[in-house]
Amino acid sequence: MNTIPQIRLRDVKKSFGAKRVLAGIDLDIAKGESVVVIGGSGTGKSVLIKCIIGILQADSGLIEVDGQDVLHVPAGNRDAINRKFGMLFQGGALFDSLPIWENVAFGLMQREHMSRKQGKERAVETMAKVGLSADVAELSPAELSGGMQKRVGLARAIAGNPEIIFFDEPTTGLDPIMADVINDLIISVVKNQGMTALSITHDMHSARKIADRITMLYEGKLIWAGDAKDVDNSGNPYVDQFVHGKAEGPIKMQVRR
Amino acid sequence: MNFLALIGRVVLAFLGHMGRLTLFTGTALSHCVRPPLYPRLIGKQMIDIGYYSLPVVGLTAIFSGMVLALQSYTGFARFAAGSETAVANVVIVSLTRELGPVLAGLMVAGRIGASMAAEIGTMRVTEQIDALTTLSTNPFKYLVVPRIIAGTLMLPLLVLVADIIGVFGGFVVSVYKLGFNPAAYISNSYDFMQALDVISGLVKAGVFGFIIALMGCYAGYHSKGGAQGVGAATTNAVVSSSILILTFNYIITELFFGT
Ligand SMILES: Nc1ncnc2c1ncn2[C@@H]1O[C@H](COP(=O)(O)OP(=O)(O)OP(=O)(O)O)[C@@H](O)[C@H]1O
Ligand SMILES: [Mg+2]
Repeated sequence: MNTIPQIRLRDVKKSFGAKRVLAGIDLDIAKGESVVVIGGSGTGKSVLIKCIIGILQADSGLIEVDGQDVLHVPAGNRDAINRKFGMLFQGGALFDSLPIWENVAFGLMQREHMSRKQGKERAVETMAKVGLSADVAELSPAELSGGMQKRVGLARAIAGNPEIIFFDEPTTGLDPIMADVINDLIISVVKNQGMTALSITHDMHSARKIADRITMLYEGKLIWAGDAKDVDNSGNPYVDQFVHGKAEGPIKMQVRR
Repeated sequence: MNFLALIGRVVLAFLGHMGRLTLFTGTALSHCVRPPLYPRLIGKQMIDIGYYSLPVVGLTAIFSGMVLALQSYTGFARFAAGSETAVANVVIVSLTRELGPVLAGLMVAGRIGASMAAEIGTMRVTEQIDALTTLSTNPFKYLVVPRIIAGTLMLPLLVLVADIIGVFGGFVVSVYKLGFNPAAYISNSYDFMQALDVISGLVKAGVFGFIIALMGCYAGYHSKGGAQGVGAATTNAVVSSSILILTFNYIITELFFGT
């Protein structure tokens, strides 16, 4: 392969005080590829994504997007890079002072200086893709259920047709049917619109379905990476334990019995 | 040894705080003069700060004017009788120079500073501020600048209203309780009104408005943790802006009237 990967991470490290969260991450994601990161709670999956999109500053290492070093980018160029990104936050992070449609159309109105009327039309179209009807458009985020908020977050992430999209636990908190609708939606934005996707999930069903490649984060490192179909016979005891959800195995949970 | 370490830690924390605040102020100011501004948001903040603070500022002003008239009358009665002109004078000078801006500033700090810190703090801990950045929106431009502009512009207007209401409060007590001549009171007030007094009061108000918005945004922006962090941010915003208001009140007075 002589093409540059769309996202390239080399030896990325991040600590909070004395607590080391990322201890040297290497990851390449090709254009149009869908990669899923799995890993236990609190292993730093969200931190990894936040380092890539620049919400958190990695301590050291290299992060490139389309061959451009994004760790040491001048503040003025940051915006051009941000435009390539769409992000679904784990907690939704919806703007609770704005109605749903303005949440969804926020990026469009900011970036493309779209009028409010146009923005609203686009918002309603995008909301339809995630199974939200037009009558929730005027509600405020606090009036929606958790699962509906998640879908609004998804709509907001894909509304601007970003090149690269990050999903932090897209199906958590959804019923199995809606979870599958979201899986299909993720597959369709990746396949049909050629977006590159980096997702985080605990939901192995979802991971198998949406991923081209799966990688597992454990103790600050990506300890395994491989094709999605190989995840069930990875030969790696950590991955095995996680994928099959067993309490017994090399991964010890910090619980007292 | 432990004691020294403690002092060192406190000093370091203080310096770190000052450094962050300076940086925050600089960034905020630089964004105030660079487009795009958000007129919609500035307007919304102006209504919040200006219009919805009117009741609380008006009430504060009217009672201050009333009590001033009463106190100065009973106070002066100890020295000389017939202090009609003196009462009008004391009321208008103290209101325009000091009480109008300071009391309005403190009331608005409690009302607006706290709500700014709580709102921005909640946005911080629920990652809404991070979401803004990923949607190509600078949080300083979107959140901080509109509040600072609105605060700096609206406080002088509020204080102007407070001055008028306060003088009216003094008038009511003087005329209906102390039995002064209404026409004489008004003309006395008018005679004693000095442009410099009013202007110094409005300058103070502008500075206080800036301080309130700045400290509210700063505390919210740097809040950590969950609900508890937001609560702490709210307290910090009110306490620090109140102290800064009183400090700058002295400094500006010194600049205007110090010899
Ligand atoms: N801003 C921060 N300041 C300090 N520590 C942080 C911060 N953000 C995350 N951490 C720490 O980093 C570690 C990893 O957090 P992260 O949110 O990435 O976990 P995660 O893998 O996404 O877990 P989950 O699956 O539960 O979402 C946690 O131990 C957390 O305490
Ligand atoms: Mg997470």
